[in-house]
Amino acid sequence: MTAPARSENPTRLAAHLRRRARWRWPEILFWLAIAVAIFAVPSRAALFNEILIAGLFALSLDLILGLTGVVSLGHAAFFGLGAYTAAILSSEGIADPTLGLVLSSLIAAALGLATAPLLLRGADLTRLMVTMGIALMLGELANRNSWLTGGADGLNIEMAPVLGLFPIGFTGQRNAALYSFVVLFLLFALARRLAQSPFGLSLLAIRENRLRAGALGISTPRRIIAIYALAAGYAGAAGALLAQTTQIVSLDLFDFHRSADVLLMLIIGGAGYLYGGIIGAAIFIVLRDVISGATPEYWEFWIGALLVVLVLVGRERFAERVRRLLDRLKRPAAWEEAA
Amino acid sequence: MLTILLDGIAYGMLLFVLSCGLSVTLGLMNFINLAHGAFAMVGGYVTALLMNRAGVPFLVTLPLAFFVPAALGVVLERTLYRRLYGASPLDQVLFTIGLVLMAMPIANYFLGDQAQQVHLPTWLSGRIEFHGVGIGIYRLFIIGVCGVIAAALQIFLVKTRFGARLRAAVDDPRVASGLGINVDLLFAITFAVGSGLAGLGGALAADVVGGIDPSFPLKFMVTFLIVVTIGGSNGILGALVGSLLLGVLDVAGKYYVPSIGAFIIYLVMVVTLILRPQGLFARTDAR
Repeated sequence: MTAPARSENPTRLAAHLRRRARWRWPEILFWLAIAVAIFAVPSRAALFNEILIAGLFALSLDLILGLTGVVSLGHAAFFGLGAYTAAILSSEGIADPTLGLVLSSLIAAALGLATAPLLLRGADLTRLMVTMGIALMLGELANRNSWLTGGADGLNIEMAPVLGLFPIGFTGQRNAALYSFVVLFLLFALARRLAQSPFGLSLLAIRENRLRAGALGISTPRRIIAIYALAAGYAGAAGALLAQTTQIVSLDLFDFHRSADVLLMLIIGGAGYLYGGIIGAAIFIVLRDVISGATPEYWEFWIGALLVVLVLVGRERFAERVRRLLDRLKRPAAWEEAA
Repeated sequence: MLTILLDGIAYGMLLFVLSCGLSVTLGLMNFINLAHGAFAMVGGYVTALLMNRAGVPFLVTLPLAFFVPAALGVVLERTLYRRLYGASPLDQVLFTIGLVLMAMPIANYFLGDQAQQVHLPTWLSGRIEFHGVGIGIYRLFIIGVCGVIAAALQIFLVKTRFGARLRAAVDDPRVASGLGINVDLLFAITFAVGSGLAGLGGALAADVVGGIDPSFPLKFMVTFLIVVTIGGSNGILGALVGSLLLGVLDVAGKYYVPSIGAFIIYLVMVVTLILRPQGLFARTDAR
């Protein structure tokens, strides 16, 4: 009796995984809408660019926090490292944006790989502190080695056109936004593929119960190190994009508030389903734009109030509701099937 | 050399008073309160405003700098914090960052972004020479006041009935309340004392850090957290050792190797946590 079930289960599982992996039309619409918005409102291209970059940064945090359940209060370390690497590369004569982007994210990923083993021990609090400490140390290093980083003055850089064709920067803000958009989309597609893969499922298992995941034969330390390094690479790419498109880097890239902001974005958008970071970044930055337009200086108050309410109402419940809504959008046929 | 050591100890003692409340909430009640610095800011403002606008003497403002944040602490604990005692660390971090983000603009709105200075009375300013070692009188004052507080707290927690009840309530709230201990009240009082001490620390620190301004909670949050994580969760002793270590290292580091600046304290923290993830003085039980 068990024999047919056994042969049936893997195929059903595979079919389930394939179904999960398919791109749904709301997702396609989501990406099309962003592209259209960039073309339709070129005057706000700089804002779009900022949102896309913050979205990529939040996506990278989602990989470790949302998928794997590893908390971090120092993700700005990789963001800042990526940005400074891109800036220094360009001031050393490597002005090609794509090459700079790849190198920067590789270097950030290397730092992630080197520091990930520190996250395997201790409780959540230890992890929060260690990640924060590493980000602050890097910021201090950048501050002290001004021969390389420009110190408190930061660096101004010149970039070559993307692929030798599209100039980015102050005169080409739409190009910059499109460049960020393409990079975000490609990295998102990779992250999405990864999340659907057996590797991604094993990360979910680690998030839900690390002990049990280990008992199932998943090598939890290795998987955590791997995803942390990848997330660091993503954050490095986001930093490099910011450096290249704004053509300036400064010490505040390593600041604590960067790490906190990206956490807020992800939490506002909801962690664990990859779109949360981008949606949260859009909400966060638009809110900041609107509120600080009305009452500059005090916009932090409203973000703080939003956070307090979000936690008190129940972050999980909130995210769950959104997810259910998305599911309904994704599968209008689901009710009919059930009926 | 000895001057630096004494300055470091004074700074460490200050850090201790500022952060021991946090070490109590974090270590004993398992609550990550990043908004701790906001209470310190309130205390600092109480002293600065009373002195500058009402002309109240410095020493008289200090008890108020304790009681106002303590009262605020009770109100917030009863209304907001207690809902999150069982929540995940991430939720606690988010919630308290939210409180910090709200506290800073509120302070800015009512008091402006100028730093409020605390002008020390003349008998506390100045320096004395002792066997060729010069030290600020205010530094000695801080060491004295904070030393008394540390000793009092340690005796309070270890020797008194209240301390025993608190430790029982922390170890197992359910059994403790079954034994007739009012756990809610205990936690509220503890939280209030922690907030009050933060306020007192803020008032004492105002002169050393160059005045209280709205960014105070965020500027010092990292320092508090480092102290507590280095010290570990074993109540007062851990926080004391952590603060003294950090104070002396920070002052000495800034004096001898200014080129690496604040780097040294972050390095100390990360190394400590790698070697002892629970801090230097971890509680022995697994909870």
